[in-house]
This record gives sequence, structure tokens and C-alpha cells, in this order.
Amino acid sequence: MNETFRYIGKQRRTKEDPRFVMGHGRFVADIALPGMKHVALVASPYPSARIVSIKTDAALALPGVHYVLTGEEFCDATDALAIGVDAPKVMRYSLARDVVRYAGEWVAAVVADTRAIAEDAVERVEVEYEPTPHVVDAELAVEHSSPQVHPAHGSNVILHKHFVWGPVEEAFAAAQHKLALRAVWGRSSTVPIETFGVAAQWQPGLQMLDIWASIQMPKFPDQAARALRLPGNAVRVHYDVDVGGSYGVKRGIKHTVLVAYLAKRLGMPVRLIEDRLENMRGGDMHGPDRIFDMQVAFDSDGTLRALKIRALDDVGAYAGRSPFQLGKPVTAICGPYRIGAIEYEPIAVLTNKTPEEAVRGFGQAPTNFALERTLDSVARHLNMDPIELRRRNLIRRDEFPYLIPSGSTYDSGDYHAVLYKALKAIDHPALVMERDSARRAGKLAGIGISTCLEPNGGNSGFEPLLNPKNDTTTWMDSCLVRVDLSGAITGVMGTSSSGQGHETLVSTVIGEILERDPADIRVVRADSLQALPSNSPVGSRMAIMLGGAAAGAARKIKETLIDIAAHNLGCTLESVEYENGNVSVRGRPDKRMTWDDLIAIAHRKIHQMPAGLEPGLQAKFVWEVPTGGALPTADGTIQIYPCYSFEAHVVYVEIDGDTAAPILRKYVCGHDCGVMITPDIVHGMTYGGIAHGIGAALYEKFSYTEDGQLASGTFMDYLLPSAMEVPSITIVDHCTPSPLTTFGQKGSGEAGYLGGPAAIANAINDALAPLNARIDTLPMTHDALWQTISKARKAAEKQQ
Amino acid sequence: MRAASVSEACELLRQDGDDIKLIAGGQSLAPMMAMRLTRPSRLVDINEIAALKFIALVDKAARIGACTRQCDVARDDVLVERVPLLRKALAWVGHIQTRNRGTVGGSLAHADPAAELPLVAQVLGAEMHVRSSVGSRTLTAAEFFLGPLTTALDAQECLQEIHWPVWNERRVGSSFMEVSRRHGDFAMIEACAQVAVDDNGHCTRVVFGLGGGGTTPLAFPALSARLIGTRLDGDLVQSVAQEAAVQLDAGSDLHASAEYRKHLATVLAARVIRAAAAEALDKS
Amino acid sequence: MTEKLYAIAVEVNGKRRTANVPARLSLVDWLRDELRLTGTHVGCEHGICGACSVLLDGDPVRSCLMFAVQADGHRVTSVEGLCNADGSPSALQDSFCHTHALQCGYCTPGMLIAAHALLQAIPQPSEADIREAIGGNLCRCTGYQQIVDAVKHAAARLHEDSAVDKPG
Repeated sequence: MNETFRYIGKQRRTKEDPRFVMGHGRFVADIALPGMKHVALVASPYPSARIVSIKTDAALALPGVHYVLTGEEFCDATDALAIGVDAPKVMRYSLARDVVRYAGEWVAAVVADTRAIAEDAVERVEVEYEPTPHVVDAELAVEHSSPQVHPAHGSNVILHKHFVWGPVEEAFAAAQHKLALRAVWGRSSTVPIETFGVAAQWQPGLQMLDIWASIQMPKFPDQAARALRLPGNAVRVHYDVDVGGSYGVKRGIKHTVLVAYLAKRLGMPVRLIEDRLENMRGGDMHGPDRIFDMQVAFDSDGTLRALKIRALDDVGAYAGRSPFQLGKPVTAICGPYRIGAIEYEPIAVLTNKTPEEAVRGFGQAPTNFALERTLDSVARHLNMDPIELRRRNLIRRDEFPYLIPSGSTYDSGDYHAVLYKALKAIDHPALVMERDSARRAGKLAGIGISTCLEPNGGNSGFEPLLNPKNDTTTWMDSCLVRVDLSGAITGVMGTSSSGQGHETLVSTVIGEILERDPADIRVVRADSLQALPSNSPVGSRMAIMLGGAAAGAARKIKETLIDIAAHNLGCTLESVEYENGNVSVRGRPDKRMTWDDLIAIAHRKIHQMPAGLEPGLQAKFVWEVPTGGALPTADGTIQIYPCYSFEAHVVYVEIDGDTAAPILRKYVCGHDCGVMITPDIVHGMTYGGIAHGIGAALYEKFSYTEDGQLASGTFMDYLLPSAMEVPSITIVDHCTPSPLTTFGQKGSGEAGYLGGPAAIANAINDALAPLNARIDTLPMTHDALWQTISKARKAAEKQQ
Repeated sequence: MRAASVSEACELLRQDGDDIKLIAGGQSLAPMMAMRLTRPSRLVDINEIAALKFIALVDKAARIGACTRQCDVARDDVLVERVPLLRKALAWVGHIQTRNRGTVGGSLAHADPAAELPLVAQVLGAEMHVRSSVGSRTLTAAEFFLGPLTTALDAQECLQEIHWPVWNERRVGSSFMEVSRRHGDFAMIEACAQVAVDDNGHCTRVVFGLGGGGTTPLAFPALSARLIGTRLDGDLVQSVAQEAAVQLDAGSDLHASAEYRKHLATVLAARVIRAAAAEALDKS
Repeated sequence: MTEKLYAIAVEVNGKRRTANVPARLSLVDWLRDELRLTGTHVGCEHGICGACSVLLDGDPVRSCLMFAVQADGHRVTSVEGLCNADGSPSALQDSFCHTHALQCGYCTPGMLIAAHALLQAIPQPSEADIREAIGGNLCRCTGYQQIVDAVKHAAARLHEDSAVDKPG
């Protein structure tokens, strides 16, 4: 696509930034409904226990307390929350009933005039527990002898699939070399600075529930309505609430059903804003907690022949969509490499830990980490440069579109070009010399490379793949564009945003098509009763899907304008041309109708309208994701996401030889997401993704004690990287447009996070290589690095 | 309630000592209250007591009022000449927001095992001047720090001012080092040293200490004595550091194992002694 | 139960505000819920994330760790008070828009407070100065890169403006 765009791809200020810098964001905690009450939660201190009794009298006696709700009432009055995999006996409600299954699980909800009073009352609720055996080790939990988290389900395994794509055993038998390794992705999450919050109000006269929430979730209104046993059109979700970061996790369906139920039950508006302690332990927003057992078959020249991947994920005590995070990576199961045979065994196991939620990348970041550690292990085994190994195995640009064994086709790419750009930007030869000279000076220094895919566009293909009873194939989005009587343009989207710049995206796209300045185009959000269908911003899909929908709607408007003009100019559609909203006869600039002329006709002068056109000037566009809509084949192949962005990270790290403190000294990320609609927005999310990756690689972990307690439940112990831990980052861009999308854009909300931890792990391992040491478990904490280093040094001493 | 004077604060403590807490910067107390780990029924705000906010230099000591803001101590260019370890330690204390509000006395009275100012106080042998409604007393740092989050202050006492010893030798060097997970975090291990050398480069005076072990910050007078008269290099420093690490007997927690802490303690103790010596030797 | 209330007078964003507040009400909750200055945000309530940062007598502090009563007699500036007298964005706020130094906007007010104070103290900060100054403000969206760029941009602009204002 060699188009030159007028607005797309240009450096432009976003529409969103001005209100936030003035302090005029409108987050859910900023919304004060008259007469609003506040919720605080009574949480289980035990990872597994029977609830013997709950006494609420003392709490209710506190002035200002309105109600104390327990599971007894709540679980009868509402339906269980949706689960994606086939495990109907694993039932989840907002409040525990009879048993608690993780420390932090909500047992009762107190409603009071203020949050402070609610918290005081929480302390007065007396719950008697009878602790029962618990399990917090995933590998133990898989055994039948372990305590069962949901006995009715029959085991702790909630998902277990086994896919074989291609001649795996033959490839292993024929290969010249084989390697096995274990790579562990520690339990972490994207932890937004704003916790989840929801406010609800029931209007009995309208029989309608209004919800304001910090939400990023597909099918949120639908699931809320179902759980509350309300018709869908009795629930109105307001999407014009600013969300303070989500990166996947703001799925608070359990908070919402709880608060909505209370609002309806009590006839008062009710709000819950999680405090940080509730959020970390009881907010159910933990990310993948995954053990990969990898086997790779390869030849002496480095050609990768086959892979076997066993992925065991500890999803915690309940599940919603989280087990699907084992399924999405199927869409890029071999990474950017030419590997003809792959076996994949995903297992999701329940334990008595906080439940997981969807996290940025939906399982791709851990999978990329495991793949890249495998690549580097192969390189080390063959004594081959890891760059050379990748050069040989990366899919070449002339091989696209490229079908991988699991059934997805990669749309476009030039992986070698991006890798080389990144290497050039960091001046790789000089960096190698820098590393080597640091090593000679006695330092541990390493360069790490990762070449990873960011599948995007969204598609629920993994749902039927992992659960044949779930035959969801629709994954759509939409946009409505209207031009009003004054000639002003408004775009309407039907979902909330959490910093991705969707208003800027939509206005830029509409402006591009209609050739009108995006600065004058307003973008608003419909509420869920007014909105056209949307699957919400997940899977880095909005540039493609919302952008495509906005373009589609704008095109219809443009066609209508051309139609009206041709009709009034008395000529054919082919003989007029559209420019900046005005339409004239080709070659006859004097025979012209202006934007204002055409708007006036559309809105006011139906006698001048061509037959069959609607009055007014508006268009909607609703569409299914490109390449979507199919069910998996019998042998488990399916196209999942349509588009594939690519990132090549090059990282230079030094580890203090005495203190084992790691320092990221240089960081370059080569990035290709096709045509960027607003470069600053894309870059911003990539920088942020890398920061998330640094956290996952070096600092962040939800640590559990053997007693099943979350040991890192505050920001003092769960360590988010600051500007002192994140280095200066350079991004170099490349563009291989997608043939599937409106402008050649690919998605890019997960960039940086998907390749960062892999590159940092590879860099650390390169630094450890001279000691003959390796580390394949994240996070690579100071202590873990020191243990690794000192063990290696002791082993070396013994040999001398 | 807000106390206007030290005596008013002490009187309030006398009346209700067990149920009432003093609040200065609030950087340690407020988070604990927010998490409901401590629940005083009343707070006495001592932030407005001018008599507690001062930096005064006398011959052998710097007197600092307990409510002096950490940022003011860090910024004071005269103080940095007389007690250089304070600015060096404060560079490691939290972030700018912490130091703008946190007080010197507050950090000492809170006595977190991984906090920086208690280590400096212990190592230099600072004197704590304490007031109550019945009188005042002076405690040495060694008498003051009893254990993790535990000082010799009783419930009715208020720390009033701290005297930090000033070394008048001509060639003095100091060093403060810390290893923490992130910048500004509590130390996994922290160490500091102050050294005076004579014209021939021999050590005439030295103090050093370690913190972050989980108990109280420790100074090592006996081990320091072994370094007097030496050039503070080579194996002696290393073996002193090793011995100090053993005595610290650091524990394990979420962020660091006891083994790792012991290793860090050895490394940092040696590093601070050498760095302090190098700085002293640089002075003419 | 009625909690005892304390009378306070605080200069907030240049205006004298009086109120009667309970002792346990934090400064951030007073600003947000009572004064409806919702630009300052709550992220952790234990003094780590910095989203609640405001200027107290010109210095950045964490308003979640202060009680409203402690602000009596002092000056508080929140993000809403950083704009110019005519309500237009300050050079720093505009620079944040210029480099796209925010995405979700939740940490932004705290960042602006910290950056504002930095530029008052060090008009030409180095990158290291900038990172140290915002070291107590956590962000999960931006990776800090464009924030650092914004502060550099604002410093350069302010330097230019002051050079222009100097007599020739």
C-alpha cells in the first residue's frame, strides 16, 4: 500500500490529553450520585475453609450502616458468573457461600454511608471458619490426591487439551539434536494505578439499572444482566467513564453484579471502589502463572524441526475467561519461525489462590518468553550466535501470507528487516565490544535478543477450540458517523477506553476518509442501550476493527454525498470528484456543490435528494473481524487472530558481580505494526508495554506462602518499576501493511510486553553464560540471580 | 489534635499515652493506619511545633530538632560539611515526596530495621534527647534502638532533638551504600562508614555499621577498633566485613534470603570502609 | 455517632477554603470528595504510587498520607491549580500534550505536580534529575519515556521564554 495519507501516520496531538492534564478526567471514583452508599468487603483470611457462621448484628448496629449482604442471600438471588471452558460445576459468585476457596475471597459486603464506616463495620462482622486443607502448588494440584478446590468438578484440572499439528514424532526422531527445558513465568499482572470501581443505580420507575464502571470487558452488559436475571435492555452501562488503565484486567464482573444487586435491593445508588488491598488479593486480576516444559528438535545447522510445548497454568480458585489465555497463543504457537510440526498440551489447574484474569497479550507474553528461551538454548547448545539462529529460522518476507501448522495464516511481515533495524539502531557490533570489554573488567554483561509476534485483531477462535460446547464465532465492532445540520461531524463508538486514544483514532480515520480536519470531529460514546455491537478493546483490535468500522461508516457518508451531488449536478456518479467534502464535475470546477450545500440538502431538502436515500446524513458500519467466523477443524486447526505485528528487542544488561543487582543499560525495540494511525499513541503503548515487561522480568510477583497467603499484597512488596528502573528506550519503526485491513494498519496495544521479558531473560542469560549458569524463571530477582551466580561459582571452584 | 508546644504534646501523652500517638511526617504511621495495622484513637500532630524544627551546630555536634524535615536536612550545605553521612543517607530515603514530609525524628522513632537514618544514628553514636511531662533524658543510639520497630521511648515520651557527633579531624571520609530492589525501596542491606586518617594515610578513627537485617541497625565498635592504625585496605577490611555480616545475622523475607543478605552485608561493609577511606585520603 | 469536627482554613489553589472536618479524613479525600477537586487521584493509600501528590507550601507530598486537619494554615496546590491565571494550560501541561506524556491520565496529575516542583527547583534538569524527581510517581501506561520528553520540552520552552523576557 503506497498511499500517502493526509492525517493517518502524522504527528498529531491527541484529543484525549488536554482534559487529563487539567485534572478533568472523569473516572468512576469521581462520579458522585446523590444519596450514594459505599461498599467494603469482608474477606476470607483462609485459603480454604468451611464457613460455619456469619454474625452481622454488631456490624449492623454501627450508625451509618445500611446492610450486610452474605452469600446465603446473594447466591440464591443471582446466577453464577459465566465461565468460558466446559466446567459447569466450577461456579463463581461475587460472594462465597458455604466455603471459601482463597485468602481474600469476599464473604460479605457491607453497605454504609461512607467507605470509612463500611470498613469499620467490616471489622465487626464475625465469621467463624473451619479451615480445610488447601493447595497452592500447581504441580501438586494436578494430582488427584490434592485437596480439591471444587470437589463437584471431580478434579482440579479445568482444562486439558492435547494438540498435534504436523508430524511431530517423526521430526523428533529424524532431528540431529534435541533439547528440553523448563521456563517459568511467575504470577504477575499489569496492575493499573486505578483499582476497579463500579457504581450502580436502580430506577424502579423505569425498571432500569445504570452502571458506571472502570471497565474493559467483552459482553459486560450482557453478563451483568444475566447474572442479575434481568433482560439485557434493563441494564445500561455508561461507557463515557474514563478508565485509569486496564491492560486487560478491568473485568470486574463480580464487583458489578454485587454492587448492582445491592443497588436494586436497597433502592439506593451504591458504589464500590476497591482499595488497593482488596484489589491485590480479592480483585481477581492476577495474570498467567505458567510452567512451560519445552522440547525442541533441531539440526546442526540450527534449523528448527519441531516443538513440544506443555503449558501448565495455575488459574486460581475460580475461572472466567482466564483459561483461554492458554488458547490464544495457538494463533502464533511457533512464533515468527518456520517450524513444521508442533505439539501443544495446555493445562489449566485450579488452586486456592486469587483467580486470574485476562492480562495484556492474553497469554502470548509468557509463550513468547518460553519460545525465546528455547531459541537461545538451541543457540547455546550449537555455540551459534543467537542472531544467526534467528536469521535462519525467521519466516522470510517472500513467504507471506504464511500458514502455520495450527491453522493461522500470518498476514504480512518482514522480520529480518525489523531485526536488522533494531541491531543497527543499537549499533550491535559496538555493543558487543562494549559487553566484552565490560566482561574483561570483571563485570557480568549480556546482550539479549527477542523476536516475537503480537497477534492482533481479536477473534474468539480459541473459545470453540478449547471448549467445543462454546460455538462463539462472532467478533465484531462498529461505528456510527453522523454529520449534523451545521455540518459538524460526530463519530459514535460503543465501548470504554483506558488510554488507547480511541477518540483520536476514530476522528483521524473519519477525517482521512471525508477529507475533513480530525480536530473538528467529535467522538462520543454511546451507552450500552444505544451502542452498536462491540467486543471492547481486547486483543489489540481497535485500530483494525474500530478504525475499520469508522472508515466504513465514513465511506458510506462520502458515497451519499457523491450521490446527492451527482443527482443535483445532473451527471453520473463516475463523472464527479470528491475533494475535502466538496463535490464537483470532473474538469468543471465551476459546476460544484459544497459541503454546506450537500448537508443542507441531506437534512432539509428532501425534494433534492435522490430516491431511496434516507433523510439526514448518518451511516453505521458493523463488521466481523477479517478471516474470522469459522469453527475449528476436527484436528484442531483454526485461524485465530487476523493480523500479526512483530517486535525485535535488543537489550544490554549488566549485573553487579558482587551484589547481583541487574541494570538495564540499553534498550532498543524494533516494531512493525503496519500502518500506524497515530504514531505517538502507538509508541506510547509500546514504551508502556516494555515497562510492564521489565516488571514481569525483574520485579513483580504475586508470591504465596505455603499457608496460602498472598505475601506481596501491597505496593511495598509487589514492586512496580518506576522511572528509575525503566531505562531510556529507543523504538525503531518498520511498516509491512496488512492486506486485510482498511489502511494496512495492524493492531498494537500489547507491543513491548510481548517481547520484553524474553529479551531481558536472554540478556541476563547471556551475562551468566561465562559462568556456565542459566536462569529460566521469572521474575529474575536480585536474590534469584545471586543464588544462580553463587551456585555456578561454587561449582566452578569445585572443578578446579 | 495539633500541639502547639512540646510540653503540650507531652501533657497529652501523659493523659492518654497508650491510646494516643504522635504524628509528624506520617510517612510511616499513615500507611499503617490506612492498612488498619495500628489504630490509635487519637493523634497529636506535632508538625507545627517550631521548637522541634531546627538545625544548630555546636562544637562537637549538630543538633537537629525531631520535626525537622528530611529534605531540609539534606539541603543544608553547612550541615553536610559537619555530618556528611546525613546527606548521603538521605539520598537513599524514599522519594522526594517522602523527604518533603518525613522528619528526622519520625524515622528514628519508627525504627524500621531497613531505614537509613537509624543506621547513621547508630554508627555515629547519636544522642536522642527525649521529653516527657515529668522531665527529660538522653539516650545513646545503642540504648535507643531495641529491636525492629521498637525503641526505648515509652508511650508518654516525645523525641525532642537529636545530637549528631561532628568529627573535627582534618581528613575525614564517609560512605553510605545500600542495595534495594528498586530505587527508594527499603534496603535489603545498607551500610555506612566514617573514617579519619592521619597524614600518612593510617586510620585514626573509624566507625561502620550495617542495617536491613531485620532487627536493629548495628554498629561494630570492636571490629572497628581492629582497623585503627591500618591503611584500611586488603584482607583485614574483608575479614572485618565478613565478621560484621555474621554478627548482623540477617534474616530472610520476601525480597531476600538470609544467605543473600549475609553476602550483601559482607560486600557492602567492605565497600563502605574502602570508599570512606578513599575519600579521606583524597583530602589534603 | 457524630465524629468530632475540626475547623480548618486552607489556601487551595490560591483560594482560601474553610471547612469542618473529622480528624480521620485524609487530605486527598477532602480535596476530592468535599472540594470536588477530583483531579488528584488515589492509587494505593499507602504512600507508594504518588498518584495523590499535591504541593504543600510548594513541595510535593503524598496527600493520602496527610490528614485534612494537618493542612490547616498551609497552602495546597493540586493539578487544577497548575494552569495559568486565565485557565489556559501551563507550559508544562501543554508540553505533556505535545509529547503525549499520558494515556489513561490517572497518574498524570501526580506527575505534573512532581515535574512542576522540579522545574521550580532546577529549571534545566538533566534526564537523571527528571527521572529522580518522578521516581515516586508510578505509571503503568507510558513507560515514562514521553513524560521525560515532556519535562525536557517544557524546560526548553521556559528557558526560551525567560530568555525572551530578559532585557536585550
